Amino acid sequence: MIAVLVLMAVGTGLGLYLGKYPKLIKLNDRLTSLAIYLLLFLLGISVGLNDKIMNNLDTIGVKALVITIGALAGSMVCALLVYKLFFKEGGSHEG
Amino acid sequence: MKGSLIILAFFATGVLLGSNKFLPEFMMENDLSMYALYVLMFVVGVGIGADKNSWSVVKKMKVKLFMVPLGIIIGTGIGTFLISFLLSDINYKESLAVGAGFGYYSLSSIFITQMHGETLGVIALLSNVLREMFTLLLTPILVKYFGKLAGIAGGGATAMDTTLPIIVRYSGKEWGIIAVFSGIVLTILVPFLVTFILEVM
Repeated sequence: MIAVLVLMAVGTGLGLYLGKYPKLIKLNDRLTSLAIYLLLFLLGISVGLNDKIMNNLDTIGVKALVITIGALAGSMVCALLVYKLFFKEGGSHEG
Repeated sequence: MKGSLIILAFFATGVLLGSNKFLPEFMMENDLSMYALYVLMFVVGVGIGADKNSWSVVKKMKVKLFMVPLGIIIGTGIGTFLISFLLSDINYKESLAVGAGFGYYSLSSIFITQMHGETLGVIALLSNVLREMFTLLLTPILVKYFGKLAGIAGGGATAMDTTLPIIVRYSGKEWGIIAVFSGIVLTILVPFLVTFILEVM
Protein backbone atom coordinates (compact mmCIF):
# COMPACT_ATOMS: atom_id res chain seq x y z
CA MET A 1 0.00 0.00 0.00
CA ILE A 2 3.05 2.24 0.14
CA ALA A 3 2.64 2.98 -3.59
CA VAL A 4 -0.87 4.25 -2.91
CA LEU A 5 0.30 6.59 -0.15
CA VAL A 6 3.11 7.90 -2.36
CA LEU A 7 0.59 8.59 -5.13
CA MET A 8 -1.52 10.54 -2.66
CA ALA A 9 1.49 12.59 -1.54
CA VAL A 10 2.46 13.33 -5.16
CA GLY A 11 -1.13 14.38 -5.84
CA THR A 12 -1.08 16.70 -2.84
CA GLY A 13 2.10 18.38 -4.05
CA LEU A 14 0.62 18.79 -7.51
CA GLY A 15 -2.61 20.08 -5.99
CA LEU A 16 -0.75 22.95 -4.33
CA TYR A 17 0.02 24.32 -7.82
CA LEU A 18 -3.19 23.27 -9.53
CA GLY A 19 -5.22 25.08 -6.86
CA LYS A 20 -4.92 28.20 -9.00
CA TYR A 21 -7.07 26.66 -11.72
CA PRO A 22 -10.61 26.27 -10.40
CA LYS A 23 -11.79 24.48 -13.55
CA LEU A 24 -9.18 21.76 -13.14
CA ILE A 25 -10.07 21.37 -9.47
CA LYS A 26 -13.73 21.02 -10.35
CA LEU A 27 -12.80 18.32 -12.83
CA ASN A 28 -10.67 16.69 -10.14
CA ASP A 29 -13.62 16.68 -7.73
CA ARG A 30 -15.78 15.00 -10.36
CA LEU A 31 -13.07 12.41 -11.01
CA THR A 32 -12.89 11.76 -7.27
CA SER A 33 -16.62 11.05 -7.12
CA LEU A 34 -16.45 8.83 -10.19
CA ALA A 35 -13.49 6.88 -8.82
CA ILE A 36 -15.34 6.33 -5.53
CA TYR A 37 -18.47 5.15 -7.38
CA LEU A 38 -16.41 2.79 -9.52
CA LEU A 39 -14.54 1.36 -6.54
CA LEU A 40 -17.64 0.78 -4.46
CA PHE A 41 -19.30 -0.80 -7.49
CA LEU A 42 -16.30 -3.13 -7.90
CA LEU A 43 -16.30 -3.88 -4.17
CA GLY A 44 -19.99 -4.70 -4.49
CA ILE A 45 -19.27 -7.12 -7.33
CA SER A 46 -16.56 -8.96 -5.42
CA VAL A 47 -18.83 -9.12 -2.38
CA GLY A 48 -21.68 -10.44 -4.51
CA LEU A 49 -19.40 -13.10 -6.01
CA ASN A 50 -18.19 -14.11 -2.54
CA ASP A 51 -20.55 -16.75 -1.13
CA LYS A 52 -18.91 -16.64 2.29
CA ILE A 53 -19.90 -13.00 2.68
CA MET A 54 -23.32 -13.33 1.04
CA ASN A 55 -24.29 -16.18 3.37
CA ASN A 56 -23.19 -14.27 6.46
CA LEU A 57 -24.43 -10.75 5.79
CA ASP A 58 -26.46 -10.68 9.01
CA THR A 59 -23.57 -11.61 11.32
CA ILE A 60 -21.29 -9.22 9.41
CA GLY A 61 -23.83 -6.46 10.02
CA VAL A 62 -23.93 -7.19 13.74
CA LYS A 63 -20.12 -7.09 13.96
CA ALA A 64 -20.07 -3.75 12.15
CA LEU A 65 -22.67 -2.39 14.56
CA VAL A 66 -20.74 -3.56 17.63
CA ILE A 67 -17.48 -1.99 16.39
CA THR A 68 -19.31 1.26 15.63
CA ILE A 69 -20.71 1.37 19.16
CA GLY A 70 -17.20 0.89 20.57
CA ALA A 71 -15.77 3.59 18.30
CA LEU A 72 -18.48 6.09 19.21
CA ALA A 73 -18.42 5.36 22.94
CA GLY A 74 -14.64 5.84 23.11
CA SER A 75 -14.86 9.00 20.98
CA MET A 76 -17.53 10.50 23.22
CA VAL A 77 -15.53 9.97 26.41
CA CYS A 78 -12.41 11.50 24.85
CA ALA A 79 -14.43 14.35 23.31
CA LEU A 80 -15.77 15.21 26.75
CA LEU A 81 -12.26 15.09 28.25
CA VAL A 82 -10.73 17.29 25.55
CA TYR A 83 -13.65 19.70 25.84
CA LYS A 84 -13.32 20.03 29.61
CA LEU A 85 -9.53 20.27 29.58
CA PHE A 86 -8.96 22.61 26.65
CA PHE A 87 -12.10 24.34 25.46
CA LYS A 88 -14.38 25.10 28.37
CA GLU A 89 -13.84 28.74 29.22
CA GLY A 90 -14.96 30.85 32.15
CA GLY A 91 -17.03 29.80 35.12
CA SER A 92 -16.01 27.41 37.81
CA HIS A 93 -14.82 23.93 37.01
CA GLU A 94 -17.86 22.05 38.09
CA GLY A 95 -18.45 18.36 37.54
CA MET B 1 -26.54 12.35 2.75
CA LYS B 2 -27.46 12.28 -0.94
CA GLY B 3 -23.85 11.43 -1.78
CA SER B 4 -23.90 8.49 0.65
CA LEU B 5 -27.07 7.14 -0.93
CA ILE B 6 -25.56 7.30 -4.43
CA ILE B 7 -22.46 5.48 -3.21
CA LEU B 8 -24.52 2.81 -1.47
CA ALA B 9 -26.60 2.41 -4.64
CA PHE B 10 -23.44 1.69 -6.64
CA PHE B 11 -22.33 -0.81 -4.01
CA ALA B 12 -25.74 -2.50 -3.91
CA THR B 13 -25.88 -2.71 -7.71
CA GLY B 14 -22.47 -4.37 -7.67
CA VAL B 15 -23.64 -6.88 -5.07
CA LEU B 16 -26.74 -7.74 -7.10
CA LEU B 17 -24.78 -8.19 -10.33
CA GLY B 18 -22.10 -10.22 -8.56
CA SER B 19 -24.42 -12.52 -6.65
CA ASN B 20 -26.42 -13.26 -9.81
CA LYS B 21 -23.18 -13.75 -11.78
CA PHE B 22 -24.63 -11.28 -14.28
CA LEU B 23 -21.27 -10.00 -15.48
CA PRO B 24 -18.91 -10.16 -18.43
CA GLU B 25 -16.21 -12.81 -18.06
CA PHE B 26 -13.27 -10.43 -17.62
CA MET B 27 -14.90 -8.70 -14.67
CA MET B 28 -15.42 -11.97 -12.85
CA GLU B 29 -11.82 -13.03 -13.31
CA ASN B 30 -9.80 -9.84 -12.94
CA ASP B 31 -9.77 -7.55 -9.99
CA LEU B 32 -9.63 -4.07 -11.42
CA SER B 33 -10.05 -2.30 -8.12
CA MET B 34 -6.34 -1.85 -7.39
CA TYR B 35 -5.96 0.33 -10.49
CA ALA B 36 -9.06 2.31 -9.63
CA LEU B 37 -7.64 2.79 -6.14
CA TYR B 38 -4.45 4.26 -7.60
CA VAL B 39 -6.50 6.78 -9.53
CA LEU B 40 -8.64 7.57 -6.50
CA MET B 41 -5.73 8.20 -4.14
CA PHE B 42 -4.07 10.46 -6.67
CA VAL B 43 -7.15 12.64 -7.19
CA VAL B 44 -7.87 12.68 -3.45
CA GLY B 45 -4.33 13.99 -2.97
CA VAL B 46 -4.81 16.70 -5.61
CA GLY B 47 -8.03 17.72 -3.91
CA ILE B 48 -6.35 18.07 -0.52
CA GLY B 49 -3.41 20.01 -1.94
CA ALA B 50 -5.63 22.37 -3.90
CA ASP B 51 -7.97 23.12 -1.00
CA LYS B 52 -6.86 26.45 0.45
CA ASN B 53 -8.97 25.79 3.53
CA SER B 54 -6.86 22.79 4.48
CA TRP B 55 -3.73 24.89 4.71
CA SER B 56 -4.97 28.19 6.07
CA VAL B 57 -6.82 26.41 8.85
CA VAL B 58 -3.67 24.61 9.91
CA LYS B 59 -1.57 27.78 9.86
CA LYS B 60 -3.99 29.86 11.90
CA MET B 61 -4.82 27.41 14.61
CA LYS B 62 -3.27 26.94 17.95
CA VAL B 63 -1.80 23.69 19.14
CA LYS B 64 -4.78 22.89 21.32
CA LEU B 65 -6.88 22.34 18.21
CA PHE B 66 -4.81 19.27 17.42
CA MET B 67 -6.16 17.85 20.66
CA VAL B 68 -9.53 17.41 18.94
CA PRO B 69 -8.53 14.92 16.21
CA LEU B 70 -5.99 13.39 18.60
CA GLY B 71 -8.71 12.80 21.17
CA ILE B 72 -10.93 11.24 18.50
CA ILE B 73 -8.13 8.93 17.39
CA ILE B 74 -7.35 7.85 20.96
CA GLY B 75 -11.01 7.49 21.90
CA THR B 76 -11.87 5.49 18.78
CA GLY B 77 -8.76 3.35 19.33
CA ILE B 78 -9.55 2.53 22.95
CA GLY B 79 -13.23 1.92 22.17
CA THR B 80 -12.65 -0.38 19.20
CA PHE B 81 -9.82 -2.17 21.03
CA LEU B 82 -11.96 -2.96 24.08
CA ILE B 83 -15.09 -3.90 22.13
CA SER B 84 -13.11 -6.37 20.00
CA PHE B 85 -13.07 -8.73 22.98
CA LEU B 86 -16.85 -9.08 22.66
CA LEU B 87 -16.42 -10.36 19.11
CA SER B 88 -15.10 -13.90 18.99
CA ASP B 89 -13.81 -13.87 15.41
CA ILE B 90 -12.59 -10.28 15.15
CA ASN B 91 -9.17 -9.62 16.65
CA TYR B 92 -8.15 -6.27 18.10
CA LYS B 93 -6.15 -5.26 15.04
CA GLU B 94 -9.09 -5.83 12.73
CA SER B 95 -11.37 -3.89 15.04
CA LEU B 96 -8.87 -1.01 15.27
CA ALA B 97 -8.52 -0.92 11.47
CA VAL B 98 -12.30 -0.69 10.99
CA GLY B 99 -12.48 2.09 13.59
CA ALA B 100 -9.63 3.97 11.89
CA GLY B 101 -12.00 4.77 9.02
CA PHE B 102 -13.53 7.49 11.24
CA GLY B 103 -16.64 7.47 9.05
CA TYR B 104 -14.67 7.71 5.77
CA TYR B 105 -16.32 4.51 4.57
CA SER B 106 -15.49 4.68 0.86
CA LEU B 107 -11.74 4.89 1.28
CA SER B 108 -11.36 2.77 4.41
CA SER B 109 -13.44 -0.12 3.05
CA ILE B 110 -11.43 -0.17 -0.17
CA PHE B 111 -8.13 -0.01 1.68
CA ILE B 112 -9.06 -2.75 4.10
CA THR B 113 -10.39 -4.94 1.28
CA GLN B 114 -7.06 -4.66 -0.53
CA MET B 115 -4.94 -5.27 2.54
CA HIS B 116 -6.98 -7.75 4.53
CA GLY B 117 -9.80 -9.20 2.43
CA GLU B 118 -13.38 -8.55 1.49
CA THR B 119 -15.11 -9.65 4.67
CA LEU B 120 -13.37 -7.07 6.83
CA GLY B 121 -13.78 -4.55 3.99
CA VAL B 122 -17.54 -4.98 4.11
CA ILE B 123 -17.52 -4.68 7.91
CA ALA B 124 -15.56 -1.44 7.51
CA LEU B 125 -18.05 -0.17 4.94
CA LEU B 126 -21.08 -0.88 7.12
CA SER B 127 -19.47 0.25 10.37
CA ASN B 128 -18.33 3.57 8.97
CA VAL B 129 -21.65 4.23 7.24
CA LEU B 130 -23.29 3.55 10.61
CA ARG B 131 -20.92 6.00 12.30
CA GLU B 132 -22.02 8.75 9.93
CA MET B 133 -25.70 7.81 10.31
CA PHE B 134 -25.59 7.71 14.11
CA THR B 135 -23.84 11.07 14.19
CA LEU B 136 -26.50 12.61 11.96
CA LEU B 137 -29.28 11.15 14.10
CA LEU B 138 -27.84 11.39 17.61
CA THR B 139 -25.79 14.61 17.69
CA PRO B 140 -28.62 16.60 19.34
CA ILE B 141 -28.58 14.15 22.26
CA LEU B 142 -24.82 13.51 22.37
CA VAL B 143 -24.04 17.22 22.65
CA LYS B 144 -26.07 17.37 25.88
CA TYR B 145 -24.11 14.65 27.61
CA PHE B 146 -20.65 14.85 26.06
CA GLY B 147 -20.18 18.56 25.40
CA LYS B 148 -19.79 20.70 22.31
CA LEU B 149 -17.20 18.44 20.71
CA ALA B 150 -19.51 15.43 20.66
CA GLY B 151 -20.79 15.98 17.10
CA ILE B 152 -17.27 16.61 15.81
CA ALA B 153 -16.01 13.46 17.52
CA GLY B 154 -18.90 11.35 16.26
CA GLY B 155 -18.55 12.65 12.73
CA GLY B 156 -14.81 11.93 12.65
CA ALA B 157 -13.57 12.40 9.08
CA THR B 158 -17.07 13.41 7.92
CA ALA B 159 -17.11 16.45 10.23
CA MET B 160 -15.68 18.45 7.31
CA ASP B 161 -18.59 17.73 4.97
CA THR B 162 -21.60 15.47 5.49
CA THR B 163 -22.03 15.88 9.25
CA LEU B 164 -20.87 19.53 9.34
CA PRO B 165 -24.38 21.03 9.08
CA ILE B 166 -25.68 19.08 12.06
CA ILE B 167 -22.57 19.92 14.10
CA VAL B 168 -22.93 23.64 13.44
CA ARG B 169 -26.63 23.45 14.22
CA TYR B 170 -26.25 21.81 17.63
CA SER B 171 -22.84 23.02 18.84
CA GLY B 172 -22.88 26.49 17.26
CA LYS B 173 -21.28 28.21 14.28
CA GLU B 174 -18.02 28.88 16.12
CA TRP B 175 -17.37 25.13 16.17
CA GLY B 176 -17.65 24.87 12.39
CA ILE B 177 -14.02 25.69 11.70
CA ILE B 178 -12.87 23.24 14.38
CA ALA B 179 -15.08 20.58 12.78
CA VAL B 180 -13.55 21.22 9.35
CA PHE B 181 -10.03 21.15 10.79
CA SER B 182 -10.58 17.91 12.69
CA GLY B 183 -12.29 16.32 9.68
CA ILE B 184 -9.42 17.24 7.36
CA VAL B 185 -6.78 15.88 9.74
CA LEU B 186 -8.64 12.60 10.18
CA THR B 187 -9.38 12.28 6.44
CA ILE B 188 -5.68 12.62 5.62
CA LEU B 189 -4.71 10.15 8.36
CA VAL B 190 -7.18 7.37 7.42
CA PRO B 191 -4.97 5.62 4.83
CA PHE B 192 -1.87 5.98 7.01
CA LEU B 193 -3.49 4.68 10.18
CA VAL B 194 -5.16 1.75 8.42
CA THR B 195 -1.86 0.78 6.79
CA PHE B 196 -0.02 1.15 10.09
CA ILE B 197 -2.51 -0.98 12.02
CA LEU B 198 -2.73 -3.80 9.51
CA GLU B 199 0.85 -3.95 8.24
CA VAL B 200 3.15 -2.55 10.90
CA MET B 201 1.52 -3.28 14.25
